[in-house]
Amino acid sequence: MKNPENLITVKNLVKTYKTGTTEVPALSDVSLTIDKGEFLAIMGASGSGKSTFMNILGCLDNPTAGTYTMEGIDVLGRSRDELAELRNRKLGFVFQSFNILPRTSALENVELPLLYNNTISPKDYGDKALDALKSVGLGDRVNAMPNELSGGQQQRVAIARSLVNDPIVIMADEPTGNLDSRTSYEIMQIFQKLNDAGITIVMVTHEPDIAQFAKTNIVFKDGKIIANEAVKERKNATEELKLIAQLSEEKSTT
Amino acid sequence: MRTFNLFKVAFRSLMRNKLRSFLIMLGIIIGVASVIAMLAIGEGSNQNIKASIASLGTNSIMVYPGNNMSGGVSQGAASNKTLRIEDVDAIKANCDLVNFVSPVDQKRAQVIYGSQNWNTTILGVTNDYLAIRSLTIAQGSTFTVNEDRTAAKVCLVGLTVVLNLFGDENYNPIGETIRINSIPVKIIGVLTKMGQNTFGQDQDDIIIAPFSTVQKRMMSSSMYINSILASGKSEGQVVDAVDEISILLREKHKIAPSDDNDFTVRTQSEISTVFGTISKVMTILLASIAGISLLVGGIGIMNIMLVSVTERTHEIGIRMAIGAKGKDILTQFMIESIVISFVGGIFGIVLGIVASQLVAKFGGWPVVITISSVLLSFLFSSAIGLFFGWYPARKAAALNPIDALRYE
Repeated sequence: MKNPENLITVKNLVKTYKTGTTEVPALSDVSLTIDKGEFLAIMGASGSGKSTFMNILGCLDNPTAGTYTMEGIDVLGRSRDELAELRNRKLGFVFQSFNILPRTSALENVELPLLYNNTISPKDYGDKALDALKSVGLGDRVNAMPNELSGGQQQRVAIARSLVNDPIVIMADEPTGNLDSRTSYEIMQIFQKLNDAGITIVMVTHEPDIAQFAKTNIVFKDGKIIANEAVKERKNATEELKLIAQLSEEKSTT
Repeated sequence: MRTFNLFKVAFRSLMRNKLRSFLIMLGIIIGVASVIAMLAIGEGSNQNIKASIASLGTNSIMVYPGNNMSGGVSQGAASNKTLRIEDVDAIKANCDLVNFVSPVDQKRAQVIYGSQNWNTTILGVTNDYLAIRSLTIAQGSTFTVNEDRTAAKVCLVGLTVVLNLFGDENYNPIGETIRINSIPVKIIGVLTKMGQNTFGQDQDDIIIAPFSTVQKRMMSSSMYINSILASGKSEGQVVDAVDEISILLREKHKIAPSDDNDFTVRTQSEISTVFGTISKVMTILLASIAGISLLVGGIGIMNIMLVSVTERTHEIGIRMAIGAKGKDILTQFMIESIVISFVGGIFGIVLGIVASQLVAKFGGWPVVITISSVLLSFLFSSAIGLFFGWYPARKAAALNPIDALRYE
């Protein structure tokens, strides 16, 4: 009985790292279903297994045991090349340290995933990359080099890059970890907008206030999910940004 | 992934690191340039030697007295004497494959004109000698058959002799009488300038007189002659002509079938083969030195590409995360090293040609740049790019995406 709304289903995931002779368990028996249109925040202390879980969801790592299906298709047991293609077409990645190529313009950085996608004609590269940059509000910085961009702008280039192949899921690994709170809220504003447009977002964070922007929070501890609940008082980034703007205005007037 | 995209990716990545790309290229540039320059110098000297030997007459056959197999060159008046003027006449009369034949008597003598004197080589030959050696007369004329028969006191002089006896190369010495070993001899012709031969000998430092004049008036013995110079009718018939001469001389000298020849027959082609071998060895030596530098350039490519893989591990991780397959990374790195060796090869060819021309201009050394040497070094450098680029590229492609992403 497959639920069509189920985008990602993992069952009984186990991941063990071997360090010499000792085995270190990173994930023990994790099961989770992620629906289409979900905005999931994964929380937990460092070493709780949330990054390992994220890597497996992102098809960057293989679990020791368990099953993983995406859109009803079995993901595990595929070759490196098939996984690379899956990452290219279905997933978008946003990292804590931005991971955009240095000495490469914003536009060329965003074009990068297109170069590895055979289904898109080279003459569309420029337009698609420009559209993605516009959607994150960087339409006027297309030719800027990373060292000319602020941290928030670099992260927005990374988001544009993750969007350019029209993914179904965006995997964000502590996307606000290197940013101040105002810029973090701007990133959340983009994520909420994308989520409203139907893109599923899976985000790892250890900041509880950032997790409040998601629809669902799960908490990892010692390789297990110990909490999985809907966010009760979900924050709206646009509102929050207005509030910050008002506060700073009041400060300057007094 | 499209190949065009891979070229784009590789090209962008090379342009991002211009200095590094140039430094890798430098090894290939110098390697290719030195291969081309060395081969050009080697080939130039090879052709120069061949041309000098050809100027001695390609069809010529030399007959020396004595069974001197080791040196191949007559030891002069002191070596055993077996050749006579009758042998020359017999060759002329009986050998069909020989078109010119001349006895050669050679000695050094003091030549005097007025208050000037000069020590030079006197050659006693017939007019056939001039034909075989392609000698021509610049002024005056050569001696007649009659002058040869009567041992007339006439001679032809080379320009160096004119310079040293008359003080000026352009002086017209025809009609002047010089003294060779106290014998007054009239100059009737001046030889065309020949210059130096490959071995550094001045070919203009010579006096040519009729054979009988030298034989009867200047040599200690009138029985024997120093050597015989002949020429085959064509280059292809030289070997047969040598056999013909050998058989005839064995018969005339009454040599038993079991005995060795009492003369040695050598051809110009044997000498040119010897010198050709020497210069080929030299070319190979130079080319292998240059080849080693090309190889070192290739190892340089591998070194820097390996460092570059480590340095760019994080970049490779990013590319893999967003969908680059192993073979995309492999191809990107391969294209980078091929482009480097290709572009380096082109610069190297240009530099090699320029360097060769400079050697030719300032070193006075003949250089010959052959298409094959250009192709060879270019193909070799491309092959080196492929070969030494492969290992680092494969290393990059085999990286695990998460490990590569985590690498800082």
